[in-house]
Formats: sequence, structure tokens, C-alpha cells
Amino acid sequence: MSDLILAPFQYEFMQRAFVAALVVGTLCSTIGTYVVLRKLSFIGDGIAHASFAGIVIAYLRGADYYFGAAVVAVATALGIGFVNRRGNVSLDTAIGVLFTGAFALGVFLMSRLPSYNVDLQGFLFGDILAVSRSDVVIILVLSCFVFVVLALLYRPLLYTSFDPIVAQASGVPTGFISYTLLVLLALTIVVSLEAVGIVLVAALLVTPAAAAFQLTRRFRRMLGLSIAIGATCAVAGLYLSYYLHAASGATIVLLVTVVFFIAMLVRRRGNRAL
Amino acid sequence: MRYERVLALDHLDLVVERGQAVGIVGPNGSGKSTLLKAIAGLVEPSTGSIEVFGSAPHKLRAGTIAYVPQVEAVDWSFPANVYDVVAMGRFPRMHPLVPFSKHDREVVAAALEALRMTDLQGRQISELSGGQQQRTFVARAIAQEPELLLLDEPTTGVDAATEDALLALVRSLVAKGLPIIMTTHDLERAAEWFDRLMVVDRKVLAFGDPQTVLDSGAYAGIREHVHTHGHARVDPDDAGTPA
Repeated sequence: MSDLILAPFQYEFMQRAFVAALVVGTLCSTIGTYVVLRKLSFIGDGIAHASFAGIVIAYLRGADYYFGAAVVAVATALGIGFVNRRGNVSLDTAIGVLFTGAFALGVFLMSRLPSYNVDLQGFLFGDILAVSRSDVVIILVLSCFVFVVLALLYRPLLYTSFDPIVAQASGVPTGFISYTLLVLLALTIVVSLEAVGIVLVAALLVTPAAAAFQLTRRFRRMLGLSIAIGATCAVAGLYLSYYLHAASGATIVLLVTVVFFIAMLVRRRGNRAL
Repeated sequence: MRYERVLALDHLDLVVERGQAVGIVGPNGSGKSTLLKAIAGLVEPSTGSIEVFGSAPHKLRAGTIAYVPQVEAVDWSFPANVYDVVAMGRFPRMHPLVPFSKHDREVVAAALEALRMTDLQGRQISELSGGQQQRTFVARAIAQEPELLLLDEPTTGVDAATEDALLALVRSLVAKGLPIIMTTHDLERAAEWFDRLMVVDRKVLAFGDPQTVLDSGAYAGIREHVHTHGHARVDPDDAGTPA
């Protein structure tokens, strides 16, 4: 039995993959709690797709993937936030236009490369086994930054998530808070791209928190449960993918989806005791 | 009682003092809700300027103004119970790294008690009646320990018990020196609620002692106007800041 658990760890790339899965699972499900409560899931999907343009441009110029992705992701997040607060265009329209446009730019640039690039395709569906030592360092540093800011803004984030108008009247800087959250969301997505990929990252943002929401009616418990579900599923999903010889990102997302449906069934049976 | 200028509206010599409850009355669309939002710093006045404690509302220290909107446009499925919501009132004044102190918890408990919500503090917000929701949000405003309290038609759509509780609360807070500005439809009891009454219809038509203002017929004049022209004002509360 212990062999079964420890077997994957004999490979160094698997050790790195487990660290990445644990961190990404924890981070996504933490910020995902706010994504679900503030109904930002479409924004998350949009930022993820748009960042592909940044990855391809970074590749073309020989720059770091993370840097390219982060610049475009943060710019998209702030742009969406600006349209949301100021614009006449409806939010989902703005996201729809921006993210498909930027994603198309990424695909366009990639298709003009002399040889179709496997590295770049890895970002679409994620390739957690390819996470390098320096990737792990970047993931850890960015995650720490996101966690520290989230902890510092815990109360204003909670207040503005629940009641932005009254929070603003009492002097909470709601504009600053929502822009900051969008930047943190963008960084979370960038951190997660290599592990789960552009197409699947939205699921890791939304599903653990949505499952937790089925099980509790208190914010703090929802946050805790979401993290527990996200982190467990990321690690367990990676194990499963190892033994099933399946794609890791897809396995992780499938596992969280199953947990979500179980949570829904638990709630339907009237068990809201948590 | 200290006499200090709490609120000043440009071009108008309207002064709200500490320890006064000011009622704002006016027909639908008269801009009374917008006036309250402008005082709260949520909207820019279309003309003129508003000063609260001598500065623009949005430049005040966090926690100075507490605002209770007419309709709480919150997501009622939000994972929070009554206690969680009232405790949020403490957030604007708290340092991010300092946990709830004994004082914070006492203030929250006192606010729940003042609004008779102590027994319901564990109840999910989605399971509250209209009156209980209103009391929860007023309790949150009280828990903030604000220096100015703004209430937008707190008595609309609530039961008589809640209305009486709110009246008693307003008078007791005013007695402690808190200035309160509140919009209302209820002219009958204006003299019970308020120390000053303001009649608004896109601009301030009258301001002063409630009974004097009511006797002056300023409000009856508006009603007559609306009636004889045969239509209610259809534009939403967006034009009403007094100029």
C-alpha cells in the first residue's frame, strides 16, 4: 500500500508535480471562493484565454512565459474591471469580445510559427509533469504573494463581496478592493496555467468553491471546505492520472466535478448540518 | 449638546447639527434617495457640493458614515447569518491584522440587542422576514459606531413593531448626540421622529421645525402640483440633488 502511495515520488518530476498540484489546488480554491460569491467565473475563463496571447508573444520574443502571461492576464483583468465599473457595454459582452479576441491572437501567432509548437499547446490543456524547478519557484513566490494580500484584505473583501454599496458608504475602498482581487485572480490563473491549462483552469477556480457552497452557509467554513476540496482533489487527481496514464489536468478537473455532484446530492438529502 | 456643523449643502444654508434627527420628505422621484446617496459619497451631486464634517464624503475616515439603503440589493444566498452581517459593521474601523476585540464583540452584541435581533443572531439571512432584514442592516450600521447615520426609508414595508423599535432607537441615538438623516413617507409622525424636516422636490423647498414646515403647506403644494398635472414624476431618483 505504501508502495502505491510512494511510487510516483521516485521521479523528481513527479515530486515537482505534486508540489505544483498542491499549491495550485489550494490557491485556486481560495480565490475561487470569491469568484463564486462575486460571480466572476466568466471573468476567470476570459483572463485564462486572453493570457494565451501573452504566452505566445513571450515565446516569439524569447521572453519568459510567465512574464508574458502575467502582463496580458493582469491587463485583461484590469480592462474587464474598468468596463464593469465604467462602461456602457454589458460585462459578459465585454469579456466575450476581449477574451476570444486575445485568444484568437494567440492562436493566430502560434499558427504562423514554422513548426507547430508542442510547448505552447501544453498551455492549452496543462502539462503538470513538465513543471521545472524554476517553475516551482515562480509558482511558490506568486502564490505566497496572493495569499498574503488575500489575508490582509480578508475583511474588506468579505464586506464588498456581500454588500459593496454599503461598504463603500462606510469608507471601504471598494474600487481598489475589486481591482486588487482581479489582479490576484489574474496571477492565480498564470500560476495555474502550466498545471491545468487554459481551458480547464476555470473549473479549478469555480468547482471546489461551488461544492463547498452546497455544504455550508457560513463564509469561513465555505472558504475552508473549498480549500480542502481543491487541494485534496488536485493531489488525488494527480495520483489517479499517474495510475490511469491519463492527462493530469483533465483528471483533476473530473475529480472535482464528481465531488461537486456528490456535495449537491448531500445537500439535496437535507443535510446542511455543517 | 454640542453644536457643530455636520452637513452643508452648497448654495443652501442647511446645517445639520449633532444630536438632531433630520427627516427628508418628498414625492417619488423628488431626489430624496439620491440626496442621501450623495451625502454617503455614493454618487456625485449633479450640481453644487456636499460637505460632511467639513470635507467631501468620500474623503472621510473609514467608518464615519453608516448608510442603510432602502432596498438591500444583496445576494440573500450569501453564506452569512445575522451575527456575521452585523459584525461586518466593525470592519471599516478595524486594522486588517487585528482580530475582533472584546469591545468589538460587545458593540455587536449591543447592536443586536438594540434591534431585538439577539435571539435571531444565528439565523441565516435568507430566512429573515422583511422587518428582520431591515433590523439586521440597521444593527450593522449601529455596530459601526458611526458619526453620521443615514437611513433611506427604513420604515417602508416593515411591521409596526419594527417601526416602533426604529423610532425608539433613533430617538435614543439622537439623545446620545448622533446626527441622523432619514428619508420617509410618513408625515403623520414626522414630529415624533425628527427635530428638523426637509421637504425636497428636486430642490429643497422647506427646512425647519417639523410642525412649522408641515403647517406651511410646502409639502401639500407638491402634492397639489403632481395631482393637477395628472402624472407622477417618472424619472428615477437621479436629478434631485439640491442646487
